[in-house]
Amino acid sequence: MKILVAVKRVVDYNVKVRAKADGTGVETANVKMSMNPFDEIAVEEAIRLQEAGKAQEIVAISLGVTACQDTIRTALAMGADRGILVETDAELQPLAVAKLLKAAVEKEKPDLVILGKQAIDDDANQTGQMLAALLGWPQGTFASKVELGDGTVNVTREVDGGLETVALKLPALVTADLRLNEPRFVKLPNIMKAKKKPLEVLKPADLGVDIAPRLVTLKVQEPPKRQAGIKVGSVAELVDKLHNEAHVI
Amino acid sequence: MSILVIAEHDNVALKPATLNTVTAATQLGEDIAVLVAGHNCGAVAEAAAQVAGVKKVLIADAPHYAHQLAENMAALVVGLASGHTHILAPATAAGKNTLPRVAALLDVAQITDVIKIDSADTFVRPIYAGNVLATVQSKDAVKVMTVRGTAFPAATVTGGSAAIETVAPATDVGVSSFVGQQLTQSDRPELTAARIIVSGGRGMGNGDNFKLLEDVADKLGAAVGASRAAVDAGFVPNDYQVGQTGKVVAPTLYVAVGISGAIQHLAGMKDSKVIVAINKDEEAPIFQVADYGLVADLFAAVPELSKELDKLKAAG
Ligand SMILES: Cc1cc2nc3c(=O)[nH]c(=O)nc-3n(C[C@H](O)[C@H](O)[C@H](O)COP(=O)(O)OP(=O)(O)OC[C@H]3O[C@@H](n4cnc5c(N)ncnc54)[C@H](O)[C@@H]3O)c2cc1C
Ligand SMILES: Nc1ncnc2c1ncn2[C@@H]1O[C@H](COP(=O)(O)O)[C@@H](O)[C@H]1O
Repeated sequence: MKILVAVKRVVDYNVKVRAKADGTGVETANVKMSMNPFDEIAVEEAIRLQEAGKAQEIVAISLGVTACQDTIRTALAMGADRGILVETDAELQPLAVAKLLKAAVEKEKPDLVILGKQAIDDDANQTGQMLAALLGWPQGTFASKVELGDGTVNVTREVDGGLETVALKLPALVTADLRLNEPRFVKLPNIMKAKKKPLEVLKPADLGVDIAPRLVTLKVQEPPKRQAGIKVGSVAELVDKLHNEAHVI
Repeated sequence: MSILVIAEHDNVALKPATLNTVTAATQLGEDIAVLVAGHNCGAVAEAAAQVAGVKKVLIADAPHYAHQLAENMAALVVGLASGHTHILAPATAAGKNTLPRVAALLDVAQITDVIKIDSADTFVRPIYAGNVLATVQSKDAVKVMTVRGTAFPAATVTGGSAAIETVAPATDVGVSSFVGQQLTQSDRPELTAARIIVSGGRGMGNGDNFKLLEDVADKLGAAVGASRAAVDAGFVPNDYQVGQTGKVVAPTLYVAVGISGAIQHLAGMKDSKVIVAINKDEEAPIFQVADYGLVADLFAAVPELSKELDKLKAAG
């Protein structure tokens, strides 16, 4: 079995993102970039399936600017076998990413595709579902457990009321949620080894995909700031304030 | 404008998130149809027909909609899409599972977590954990979007008298099936619909200690929530998580206990009307958004809070 994992380069989750003064976007100059945390979980899951002897090859793919190579190298250092970069400076929205990934799937023919449930920059939570739709594949989104069977995969999903398990026919698509696993730390020797692993670079045109954005961002601004309130000295004072001042209890 | 709203339900009752989505729909136009797809879900269709503002209810009743799997739901919705200018669903796990699939099959963008409708094609949505808000304009013929419940009031559950129309189920796509579920049982209100929420974080130490919060929650008629750290540590089930990648809530009162206030947690609760923080670290970032902060050990403060609430009740 072959697994394709999509890894996105995003602003690191520890960075407090700010809107540009002119409202055209967010400040990304000199900001730390990392692999989307959900994608680390996706890569980790693929590696665990390989370590369990259930998968032979793991291909990590990223779409975007040249620097996305770093993100792919991280996936390779974690344990993926080879990488693909679909290189473009153009803005990529989830539908375009899904179309590019579909073309890559048709080329690579994986049995399982794993994505993160959500990119922490656009917070869209769409690409996996869109890719599954375009491929006509079943989807196991927000996965907290993935169990491969014979021609099937059972996926336990984090839903609003608790957990739900679905059985999907392979080939299938999975999106990783937070509790699927805890990604490993990359070891230094593996970073060196990763530099020697193959990384193919393609252009969207090579894949014959129209990536024109469908949404135009008119402006980006910061929401009104919440003001800090007061410190109370005791529990009794707290209850008094909530009752007599805020009138919420 | 012709708007199709996908109802969220469990074949028995309409989920409250549907009501907020109907309100968003009323800001787009008057021609509002609600799709109830399920199995033996007639009662849900009846309830949807009563909701103020709803003009028509479409019911698709078949065994393969019993669990509303995305593959079958998307096939159905795509079949009904023609003639509609907007397709809306609540921004819940179910809505987020199905709607991107619908959008891709229609070859249109999907807009996630809409918090404001500026016009028929222009919407506001949070990005980067709510650190910034993006105003986006759609160029597509059909606007497919999920609606954040906290941003729109609930439509009234009575006052409507919509006609109920049966629609033919689409063929079972047959690539996925439901195996089972483990739903959290609780008599407390649902997190996203609760007026008061008491949430615990890593500071709670273990799952047993959450009983302290449950006791307070029961006295306040509140729901219990948690930070990611508390869920990851196994103190409470996954559906308790509040935040960027969990549930987004905006109750009248949110009490954060032993929660530091990471940006990803704030993303899920900073629109609450009144925020209380109980934390032993006076530097904890949660105090920057709290209306009332109490620097204290929670193991002393929470039992005391319980007693003070008893006193308040006794005083009437
Ligand atoms: C991709 C991604 C998504 C995420 N999504 C979410 C999300 O949706 N929701 C979410 O909550 N987090 C999310 N996080 C995690 C987030 O970054 C924080 O790690 C998390 O919110 C911390 O939880 P906490 O406040 O309970 O724990 P900590 O940060 O460890 O804070 C514990 C607090 O408890 C206090 N404390 C300890 N003991 C006591 C005591 N006896 N009395 C009083 N106070 C005490 C401490 O002073 C401290 O402030 C996400 C992270 C990532 C990377
Ligand atoms: N540019 C990209 N490159 C690689 N993977 C991506 C890209 N955009 C989205 N993805 C994948 O799709 C998931 C969901 O992203 P989104 O739908 O944008 O929230 C991410 O976690 C990634 O796995």
